[in-house]
Amino acid sequence: MALLSVKNLQIEIKTRAGVAPVIDDLSFDLEAGESLSFVGESGCGKSMTALALMGLLPEGVGSVAAGSITFDGEELTTATETRLREIRGNDISMIFQEPMTSLNPLFTIGEQIAEVLRAHQNLSRKAAWNQAIELLDAVRIPNAKARVNDYPFQMSGGQRQRVMIAIALACQPKILIADEPTTALDVTVQAQIFDLLQDMRRQTDSSIILITHDMGAVAEMAERMIVMYAGRKAELGPVEDVIANPRHPYTAGLISCVPHILSTLTEEREKLVEVPGIVPPLNDFGKDSCLFASRCQQAQAQCLEARPPEIEFGPEHQSACWRAQEL
Amino acid sequence: MQVLQSFAIRAGYAVILLVAVLVLNFSMMHLAPGDVADTISQSMGGADQELLDQIRADYGLDQPFYIQLGHYIGGVLQFDLGFSFFYNQPVTELILQRLPATLLLVITAQLLALFIGVIMGVISARKPNGILSHFVTFLALFGYAAPVFWTGILLLIAFSLKVQWFPVAGMQDVTIEGGFWAHFIDVARHMALPVVTLGSLFLALYSRLARATMMETLGSDFVRTAKAKGLSTNQVVYKHALKNSLSPVITLAGLQFSAVISGAVLVEAVFSWPGLGTLAFQSIIARDTPTILGILFFSALVVIVGNLLTDLALRLVDPRVGGKG
Ligand SMILES: Nc1ncnc2c1ncn2[C@@H]1O[C@H](COP(=O)(O)OP(=O)(O)OP(=O)(O)O)[C@@H](O)[C@H]1O
Ligand SMILES: [Mg+2]
Repeated sequence: MALLSVKNLQIEIKTRAGVAPVIDDLSFDLEAGESLSFVGESGCGKSMTALALMGLLPEGVGSVAAGSITFDGEELTTATETRLREIRGNDISMIFQEPMTSLNPLFTIGEQIAEVLRAHQNLSRKAAWNQAIELLDAVRIPNAKARVNDYPFQMSGGQRQRVMIAIALACQPKILIADEPTTALDVTVQAQIFDLLQDMRRQTDSSIILITHDMGAVAEMAERMIVMYAGRKAELGPVEDVIANPRHPYTAGLISCVPHILSTLTEEREKLVEVPGIVPPLNDFGKDSCLFASRCQQAQAQCLEARPPEIEFGPEHQSACWRAQEL
Repeated sequence: MQVLQSFAIRAGYAVILLVAVLVLNFSMMHLAPGDVADTISQSMGGADQELLDQIRADYGLDQPFYIQLGHYIGGVLQFDLGFSFFYNQPVTELILQRLPATLLLVITAQLLALFIGVIMGVISARKPNGILSHFVTFLALFGYAAPVFWTGILLLIAFSLKVQWFPVAGMQDVTIEGGFWAHFIDVARHMALPVVTLGSLFLALYSRLARATMMETLGSDFVRTAKAKGLSTNQVVYKHALKNSLSPVITLAGLQFSAVISGAVLVEAVFSWPGLGTLAFQSIIARDTPTILGILFFSALVVIVGNLLTDLALRLVDPRVGGKG
């Protein structure tokens, strides 16, 4: 049985124009120790999915309308808040997109790490503090013993994200959700953070859900990937398979967007390709048609008339496209 | 260490500011028509020019302005604020007698307003459409609109005259016998209405600001992080969110110090509270210049000390203020 199993998940969001399905009929499994990656354009619902798994959808705005999230055999969508609090930070933890603002400016980083240990592992203040120092050391913050007394404003963005990783991994969770952990950081730091995540994952045996725009990181870190488009799963499959042989025009478009860094500078560079058009507005997410059709060069009449089913290619590879067979 | 150092610098500025206040007060009083000699002669039932000149010579009032100013400042530096002819007492002594009553009133009102205001702000921020939230909005409107003396008189009529729950005036009942607690309760009963009157104005301010900042903080990223750690709701709200909402409220409270003092003058007048406000009121009517100057000086002192304390409180709450980094 999968460690985490999401079935037909539907998340609704209240907007001024009414209720919109920001996640529509999403299903996937995550095995223990596995690394699964979510990719997709801004606004396609990646963060919403992550927050739903944590039970942290924005209060009064987002809610699970249908479907189930099963973790270790336990249903999370109907779990009590008390039970969810036991799980958060302990069994499932999350790293956020914004390292600059995700730490509390008024507490030392030591306290912010130790706090999660005290909450879940019944450690004494002293023991938790010592472990916080070890964790800081583990996420490669030099001079951890002294820096544990620092406040977030005394650290760089990359260091703050390391602290966030230390917090997330403090209780050795079964699942680590990393929501674009490097988007806000500069390129050299990005590689270091991915390295760190990779190492930490090996040490703790956590499963990881990596949300990212970075196809390079996906190829390096993940075993399987899900391509999301407008709140729906466009394609799911093993990373190599999907990249080598995309079965959805959107995936193909995303892959061709990645600039070929390896081509030498003297060589005539390929022009940057883009997927033309933009994601449809939130209120169109519920339509019974392919939401990518308006941007798709392969679109046919059928694509505008009905939502494509998820077609299987082999045991692991699925694509929600009417013309997937032909691609 | 750095904290202490920058605090010492602030204290140094405060002293300079105080001297400036002294000079300004003294100059303004000097410009106003009438002086101590007039007051003395009035209390004697009039005096001729010769006697007036005699008095002026005795008290150094015939000296040039800057010499008088120098004398005054020199005196103040030795805690001598002059002599009140109206009360027949040194001004410093007079003020120190009245100061505790005012401080008691002002500090109690400020602390209560802060404490209750923050609690109300937090609770209503968590339920922006709840009853308390609407009450805070209403209270703010009321607090801004109602003049302090009006609230005071209204409370006086309602709770001291109609239903006689609280004493009408003063600070204590001299006929009360008994130990410390009997007096404590007696003073507390006398204090209730003045404190409520003075506090309500600031409660309105603080609760509204606390509600606004708390709502903003509750939506911030680090609060989401705190939730994602699996912390209890109380820890998320009262540890992570509240601490971040305190700075603006403390800053506002510091800025309000002078307003609290001037509010206290009115409240003391309404409830005959034997503090500096009542003294100020009486000495203005009696044109008791040394006392008025002394009170002005002490008010400035209280405001400046209040601001220093505010600064200190902000440093304690927020590591980014001054000090480190
Ligand atoms: N608090 C909110 N209130 C209302 N709408 C929201 C809220 N948060 C997100 N949304 C909307 O939900 C949709 C999905 O947002 P989400 O944050 O999941 O996107 P994302 O895939 O994570 O994008 P990005 O790559 O920019 O992080 C967007 O259209 C967004 O406008
Ligand atoms: Mg996101």
